[in-house]
Amino acid sequence: MPDTRPRPGDPDVFIRFDNVCKQYGELTVLDDLCLDIKAGEKVTLIGPSGSGKTTILRLLMTLENPTKGYIWIDGKPLWHQEKNGELVPADKKYLREARKQIGMVFQHFNLFPNMTVLENVIEAPVRSLGQPKDQAVERAKELLDRVGLAAKENAHPSQLSGGQQQRVAIARALAMEPRVLLLDEVTSALDPELVAGVLAVLRELAETTDITMLCVTHEMHFARDVSDCVMMFDKGKVVEQGPPSKIFDAPEHQRTKDFLSAISLAT
Amino acid sequence: MKWDWDYAWEILPDILHAFFRYTLVITALATLVAAVLGLVFAVIRYLRIPVLSQITTGFVQFTRATPIPIQLFFVYYLLPDYGILIGAVTTGVLVLGVHYACYFAEVYRGGIESIPPGQWEACTALSLPQSTIWRRVVLPQAIRKILPSLGNYVISMFKEVPFLLFISVPEMVLVAKDIGGSNFRYVEPFTICGIIYLLASYPASVAMRRLEVRLEHA
Repeated sequence: MPDTRPRPGDPDVFIRFDNVCKQYGELTVLDDLCLDIKAGEKVTLIGPSGSGKTTILRLLMTLENPTKGYIWIDGKPLWHQEKNGELVPADKKYLREARKQIGMVFQHFNLFPNMTVLENVIEAPVRSLGQPKDQAVERAKELLDRVGLAAKENAHPSQLSGGQQQRVAIARALAMEPRVLLLDEVTSALDPELVAGVLAVLRELAETTDITMLCVTHEMHFARDVSDCVMMFDKGKVVEQGPPSKIFDAPEHQRTKDFLSAISLAT
Repeated sequence: MKWDWDYAWEILPDILHAFFRYTLVITALATLVAAVLGLVFAVIRYLRIPVLSQITTGFVQFTRATPIPIQLFFVYYLLPDYGILIGAVTTGVLVLGVHYACYFAEVYRGGIESIPPGQWEACTALSLPQSTIWRRVVLPQAIRKILPSLGNYVISMFKEVPFLLFISVPEMVLVAKDIGGSNFRYVEPFTICGIIYLLASYPASVAMRRLEVRLEHA
């Protein structure tokens, strides 16, 4: 048993990456990564493409498995389970339970095109949490109202703008009542004029809920406004981390400075 | 060669009867067999179930590489030697159904593979159970994409029902041949068969093309 094991209920270490490696053949995407995230913290991951930010989200969502190392959520391993005091790779059933506390919003929304907006939102609460349908519908309507799309509940995704689809996708993820919400470049596929609406929803969410949020984004204003912590990634490692005021106004590492000036030149 | 209208009208009811009673019914039943069995083949191969998957692949290759009359001959005339006795109509339904199941399986596979990875990832992210993923997300989306190809295979199978005359199934073309034989006039019965086939297949393929266009824009 590794002695880096966090305790359940420890608010300072809600999520821990413990020497996590992710390799695709020869390519190392995450290199012995260690990081801790507090309960309820809003974390923004920044860094050049290929630096491993999105991989972190995909490992947490159990879309991909770590090559090595342990990921802990609230004192429990995500990709492993205990058998006779040993940590062994988790089976499908364990993973299915473990991932229920995590929700994800994707760059390309990934709504189900064969379902209406409302059906998209109630599908998971009904089918994977076993909620009664009318309860799920009531909750879904609240959520759609919250993201400003109450009027669109009977529309199909193809009838909505990208920004509207993304707001439905946020409502769909929230319907599972996740403790962790992963946001993977949620505005980068949107037309510029639609970005603000999605960010407003996320801002409200960040300010009014205690969901732990991990956000990969290139929207630096948004990152500055809503995050408690910004992590700068490069080559599969955290180069520098801290509150947005420190990272954006007084970065210490050359890599961070270079990245931020490249970003500000681009926008 | 003269066309005999009286003769044509006289034999029309028997030919139509054979068409509705056998050709159409066999097409419908064989489609059912192909649809279900094809799905079984596709899922076995998609999930890469060991052994079963290899057997299915081999069987599909074998079936697609041999003509239907040969398959009919083996099932109908040789299996009884091994104690397996199947009636002619049932043999026809099974052979056509199994033959087309092999084509259907390929179409299903293409349909399943056309589902974007993002859909599977969304299902994982929402912790949907495996059965829900297939029933509610993958199959409904795949079916829209594959319906036109399936329809075209059904039309093609419909036109291969006359192969069943090899095993004396009284479908339309065999009836026409028998009528021709007993009256020594073949032109009228075969012409009527051709027209009935034309009247049935052409609208069906036009309808399929319409459906294709509509689903593309849906």
